[in-house]
Amino acid sequence: MIYLDNAATTRIRQEVLGEMLPYFDQYYGNASAVYSLGAKSRYAIDQARDRAAALLSTRPERIFFTSGGSESDNWALIKIAEMLSHKGRHIITTQIEHPAVLNTARSLMERGFEVTFLPVDSEGFVSPEAVRDAIRDDTILVSVMTANNEIGTIEPVAEIGEVCHEAGVLFHTDAVQAFGQIPMAPDRMNIDLLSASAHKIYGPKGVGLLYIGPFASHIGALIHGGGQEKDKRSGTENVPGIVGFGKACELAAATIEKRMEAESALRDHLIGRILDEIEYSSLNGPSGDKRLPGNINISFKYIEAESLLILLDQNDIAASSGSACSAGSIEPSHVLLAIGRDEEEARESIRMTLSDKTTLEELDQTVEILKKNIDMLRSSNIFYQAAK
Amino acid sequence: MKKKVVVGMSGGVDSSVAAYLLKKEGYQVIGVTMQIWQNPDQACRLEERGCCGLSAVEDARRVAAILDIPYYVMNFKDDFRKYVMDYFVNEYKNGRTPNPCIACNRYIKWEGLLRRSLDIGADYIATGHYARIVKLGNGRYAVKNSVTADKDQTYVLYNLTQDQLSHTLMPIGDYDKPTVRRIAEEAHLPVARKRDSEDICFITDGDTGAFLDRQLGNEAPGEGDYVDASGNVLGRHRGITHYTIGQRKGLGIAAGRRIFVRQINPSTNEVVLGENEDLFTDTLIASDLSYMSEERFSPERTYIGKIRYSDKGTPCRVSYEGDRIRVLFERKVRAVTPGQALVLYDGDYVAGGGVIEG
Repeated sequence: MIYLDNAATTRIRQEVLGEMLPYFDQYYGNASAVYSLGAKSRYAIDQARDRAAALLSTRPERIFFTSGGSESDNWALIKIAEMLSHKGRHIITTQIEHPAVLNTARSLMERGFEVTFLPVDSEGFVSPEAVRDAIRDDTILVSVMTANNEIGTIEPVAEIGEVCHEAGVLFHTDAVQAFGQIPMAPDRMNIDLLSASAHKIYGPKGVGLLYIGPFASHIGALIHGGGQEKDKRSGTENVPGIVGFGKACELAAATIEKRMEAESALRDHLIGRILDEIEYSSLNGPSGDKRLPGNINISFKYIEAESLLILLDQNDIAASSGSACSAGSIEPSHVLLAIGRDEEEARESIRMTLSDKTTLEELDQTVEILKKNIDMLRSSNIFYQAAK
Repeated sequence: MKKKVVVGMSGGVDSSVAAYLLKKEGYQVIGVTMQIWQNPDQACRLEERGCCGLSAVEDARRVAAILDIPYYVMNFKDDFRKYVMDYFVNEYKNGRTPNPCIACNRYIKWEGLLRRSLDIGADYIATGHYARIVKLGNGRYAVKNSVTADKDQTYVLYNLTQDQLSHTLMPIGDYDKPTVRRIAEEAHLPVARKRDSEDICFITDGDTGAFLDRQLGNEAPGEGDYVDASGNVLGRHRGITHYTIGQRKGLGIAAGRRIFVRQINPSTNEVVLGENEDLFTDTLIASDLSYMSEERFSPERTYIGKIRYSDKGTPCRVSYEGDRIRVLFERKVRAVTPGQALVLYDGDYVAGGGVIEG
């Protein structure tokens, strides 16, 4: 199989799995316990925290483990909103956020908060000036994703964070797609809160983190209980998951530059071949180093993405459309609509996302299969026939 | 090479068994659930365009996993809104009583699913309808009554085209419902005991009037007069969309005798009431004709005409009036309802049909 959906999730790396396994059946102690078995777990969590902190060039005490990116996003938005509601009730985010941010923001609107959803330009960029203009006296939080999960746009988060800090507003970024794929240093990027997830970087599912910087350190807990994670995130620690996350972070830090270079080259090769060899195809999102190294998102006119994805699956290629819903059918992507595509165009796009194991041969094979199946689909499309 | 067939899977026992039987027969089976509507209560809120994990999808996915067949969900929500729900609402607004299942079959299950299935390389689509498709001596395809008359679903299939029928399989038409359930049990399909679906799928509470009021909003035809055949005002009604021909319950009017809706006049916003015997007639006009077992209806032949899904059928003759037909029944039929389908049978086969005008 050719797996090109690494933005959805990645295959866990063997070294990561290997480090996790003993924590299921040998070192299974509760990290809060008095006895040595518990201390073993405690130490493993601390080590993982060090590794995650190293990947973010920050201090370990700023890393808090969660169940994943969605929990981290919920935590940051809900608890900052509650903490600062005496100061104001206005939050700024964007139209292209992941649903974990968008729907959390909407849930806050139901609780009386006001949310501005900033538009983006045709490549998906949020402008720091637009953020500056949107900030009001009662603005308490700005949340802009580091990189978009569908079209790979890398936002100018450091500049946006600077604008926020000039105005004395906290800045959160959903870095789930960017974490471990491009260098991130929240301490130096004016970021107060950062969400990340393990399973996008060859780690296990069900574990993530929230980076909490000094200006946000008074954030309350979203999950209450036994006071784990310095009373900020209760619940018995997912020790094997955290260990795996730590190992994944360590590997990511060691390989980040090599991967960026290799995946960017593969990405540009695939984009280039598709745009050259398949008529009526166009790239969604930016090109070059403002795009996530492993992200490709293309619209094929006169093609229904839903049908193309099924045909790719029949050919053992796993790709996606940016916005498959929980039921599994495809909705016009809110991101593509936000960059100015119409509903029809949004239904014609597919996303392919690379891993560090993706090969040139796989991508060349993918191009051939795309060509064949797109030809077939278009041959029965009357609008395509008419356009010819 | 094995023939490839896409089975439209609703998550119910009938389509699940259809998929099972086809796989057993050696077809290369792909399961597809058509996502056609969503209950706004269940919808997630992603740009008002969200989606819901309907139990239909979950059940169908489980069955597909047990059968070890590829399974996909296809989005037909826009088409469903346009061809089924909007049509449904407009027909009511015009004082008619539509059959949304017929529209759904023709435009969504067949036109939509068949096209998309051919797109992905399928030879056929298959459904869990209790009906059989046969190729007749004259070279035409027609649907034939299922072996179980009480589950017969040919009525809602009358307007499928020849091309659609030639690409369709209905594997459970050879069985009755208890047998289908038994097959499901034997195959360990988790839906063997699932209740039959009923009524209109997109009106979950069964309250059509309230649904129409919500859909129409300000455009809902307001209250108006109940009148008798001579135009005498008998009282006030709640809006013509709340009524259908032959209706007795829920009129909210005390007449001291059993009275029924006899006619609905959208132009005057009046609902005409009458006695039960006023509802009987031996003739009707149908338009928008479809032909199945034959290319044209024969004025010499006697057909069995059904005027609604539950109708047992009445012998009748047909004559053309331009592009419409006049149907003369051998005995009077009750409550001919504009908007419903007239389906003509030639023996066991569907000869064709049309939409009742009056």
